[in-house]
Amino acid sequence: MAIPVRPILSALTRHKAGVFLVALQVALTLAIVANALFVINQRVIYISRPTGIDESNIVVVDNRWVGALTPEQAQAKTAADLAMLRQLAGVADAYADYSFPGAGPWATLWGIGLDANQKSPTTYSEAYFTDEHALNTYGVRLVAGRNFRADEVTPGSQLEQSTGGPIIITQDLAKKLFPAQSSLGKAAYVGGVPRTIIGVISDMEVPAVGTRTFAYRSVLSPIRWADLGGDQYIVHANPGQAEHLRLSLAATLYQVSRERVIDAVDGVQSFRALRNKAYSRDRGLIILLTAASIILLLATAGGIVGITVFWVDERRRQIGLRRALGAKRSDVLAHILTENFFIIFMGVLVGSLLAFAVNIALMHYLEMTRLPTMYIALGSALLLMLGQCAALTPARRAARMSPMEATRAAIV
Amino acid sequence: MFTYYFNLGMRSLSRNVAITGLMILLIAVGVAGSITTYSLLSVLSADPLPLKSHQLFVAQIDNRGPNRITTGGEPDPELTFQDVVALRANHEPIGQAAIYPIYLSSVPADITIQPFAAKGYAVTADFFRMFLVPFEYGAAWSEADDDDGSNSVVIGKDLNQKLFHGGNSVGRELPLEGHVYRIAGVMKQWNPLPRFYAAADVQAFDLPPQIFLPFQRAIDSKIPTAGSTGCALNYQGKGWDDLVRSECTWISLWVELPDATGVRRYADFLLAYAEEQNANGRFNWPAYTRLRDLDQWLKYLKIVPSEARISFIVALGLLLVCTVNTIGLLLARFMRRGPDIGIRRALGASRGAIYTQYLVEAAVIGLAGGLLGVLLTVCFIGNLNLVFEGKIARTVHSDVSIMALAISLAVLVALIAAAYPVWRASRIQPAWQLKAG
Repeated sequence: MAIPVRPILSALTRHKAGVFLVALQVALTLAIVANALFVINQRVIYISRPTGIDESNIVVVDNRWVGALTPEQAQAKTAADLAMLRQLAGVADAYADYSFPGAGPWATLWGIGLDANQKSPTTYSEAYFTDEHALNTYGVRLVAGRNFRADEVTPGSQLEQSTGGPIIITQDLAKKLFPAQSSLGKAAYVGGVPRTIIGVISDMEVPAVGTRTFAYRSVLSPIRWADLGGDQYIVHANPGQAEHLRLSLAATLYQVSRERVIDAVDGVQSFRALRNKAYSRDRGLIILLTAASIILLLATAGGIVGITVFWVDERRRQIGLRRALGAKRSDVLAHILTENFFIIFMGVLVGSLLAFAVNIALMHYLEMTRLPTMYIALGSALLLMLGQCAALTPARRAARMSPMEATRAAIV
Repeated sequence: MFTYYFNLGMRSLSRNVAITGLMILLIAVGVAGSITTYSLLSVLSADPLPLKSHQLFVAQIDNRGPNRITTGGEPDPELTFQDVVALRANHEPIGQAAIYPIYLSSVPADITIQPFAAKGYAVTADFFRMFLVPFEYGAAWSEADDDDGSNSVVIGKDLNQKLFHGGNSVGRELPLEGHVYRIAGVMKQWNPLPRFYAAADVQAFDLPPQIFLPFQRAIDSKIPTAGSTGCALNYQGKGWDDLVRSECTWISLWVELPDATGVRRYADFLLAYAEEQNANGRFNWPAYTRLRDLDQWLKYLKIVPSEARISFIVALGLLLVCTVNTIGLLLARFMRRGPDIGIRRALGASRGAIYTQYLVEAAVIGLAGGLLGVLLTVCFIGNLNLVFEGKIARTVHSDVSIMALAISLAVLVALIAAAYPVWRASRIQPAWQLKAG
């Protein structure tokens, strides 16, 4: 079926303002929705990145000591807690640290180099202070080399910690430092101090939630961490035991010593809950942008329906005439849908440029990257489809009009 | 006349319920989204202490030199203990507040109260005066107490409620980390947001702090910071005494300077101090210091989450699209009534009368959109915690001014949207319309 394009276009020029407004609305909607889809997709990828640890079986206790402890007292009390935890039914292993992967309260940023006098580091990384139980606690895989031996681990706290000794690093960091060869036995320099790499583990996220460029470059330093104020106990539960432990660990620890505070509300939490909380902003933004995009698309669809209804109504007489002169229902339908397609298409063209402009503006003010064309294509297709759907009902109504009724109805 | 137009408007609106409903709903959603995100953004980027913000400055000294990697080329946000001591010896500023965050646990004597941990700060006495802290009972410790190791403590309203049921607890004892402190003052609810004075510990929208200890007493009791400590990567210190002598940074120093001359003098003093350290051989790089006022400090720390900005921009975009949509729908609606207008004009109505009639009709739509918008705004603000974390969502409340803003914005949007359609309607030629009919 040939669609008479020229009459449709010339009919459009009769409604310059209306056509302009619909096209403008479509353009603005595309500019916003394309960018919103882009941000949504980026954040979804960001929040679903793996931590590399056995997430579903890990429970974290935020334990705070009461009273001013000496480093030795803190070590003794922490060791007693950990010994108890490791023997507890349902617990696979446990260790104490100042933070934990992907959602931790703190991070220790280390610049790592390959030589003592390097000006700027080869890469950044973040450190964990771990004993020989950490690998088992997190459920990370040893890819090469070995775990720390108990005699390599030295006591440390916020006030004093060893800056030497061997280290275990993640695969990602190993590949960055020594791309072509095995990193085992080689030295990596932290603050000018050489540290021998004795083990390489499967990728495990660094503590800080916002880290993007070196998210999997973790370093394990052999320090038996016991902060004077208290620590995070990371507990690896046997399968199916995590929830039971989450509910019972505080009471169990209070039985060891009452001289502590474990917050009744969020003192013991599953790792999943902590991670969800850490990403709450991103999740919120995803919800918000999705809602805004849906509202925008619905608003635009509503606007198109409204305007099309009006145009059909206004042209009843012309439609009646065309039908009387032999046009088929499908011709009327095709006319209105084609008209709609042209208008939306104009809007989409302008909107594509606008989408890039919005993206450039956002890149300037917020940390955003260049908008891939794919999102504009996707948004355009969505809007063209939406436009056809929105125009379909009024167009059908126009097509159903009988020539008699149509010519009569023009007299108000 | 106005009532007549109002009635006409109402009648016309009720004639096409679906389109009218759509316009009202879109205006309401656009307005509610914009107002909600605007309120949030304005709270997050508010001046926490408008009366004093131009007189409060925070000092930074570069004690890392070219090795600074973590701070993006800036000096550390905090100072070393030795620098704080040295800088405080200059008595020129009206006030000097040395501050570090603390997190202390307490086993109350009253066994019905569970052991608990509370956040707060170790501060010098000037803190309370400089930052306009209001007191419910008692007062801050004296400046003399700053140095004599006083066991005074100032507590927050919430902690006083929990421990003493809100009564006057001045003079009562409070055990903290195994030491007994005596309550000198109870604050009224005080929590200027964003929290600027120790913003380096990234708790910019936290609940009100509940415990304040004298700075020197906290140092003497070896109470560690609950915030971050910036040490060199090869820091080899052992224990507290090494820490306070070290190049590790963990204390904020705020100074109150009355005027531009004072600011210049203090900036010079700060730089001279750094140069002196250079001359002593402590630093071997060009002296580098910063003296930012409160506003510059918050901007430097990038306190406002980018999510809040994105939401506001998206909401404005939504409002814009809704406005364009309303223009289109109003244009269609008014033009459809061309014959009505023709007849009215032919019967002697002036252009102005047509103008007024259709503007009133648009204003009615705006008003309806505004009322629905207020409901939606209250609903959005109430559920902000679904989108933003609780700490941030909690900072926004719907109040009368927000509601008034929502209604005004809705009416404004409707009138702006109506301007072009009304102009077109008023230009309709009576003769042409009558003939065409």
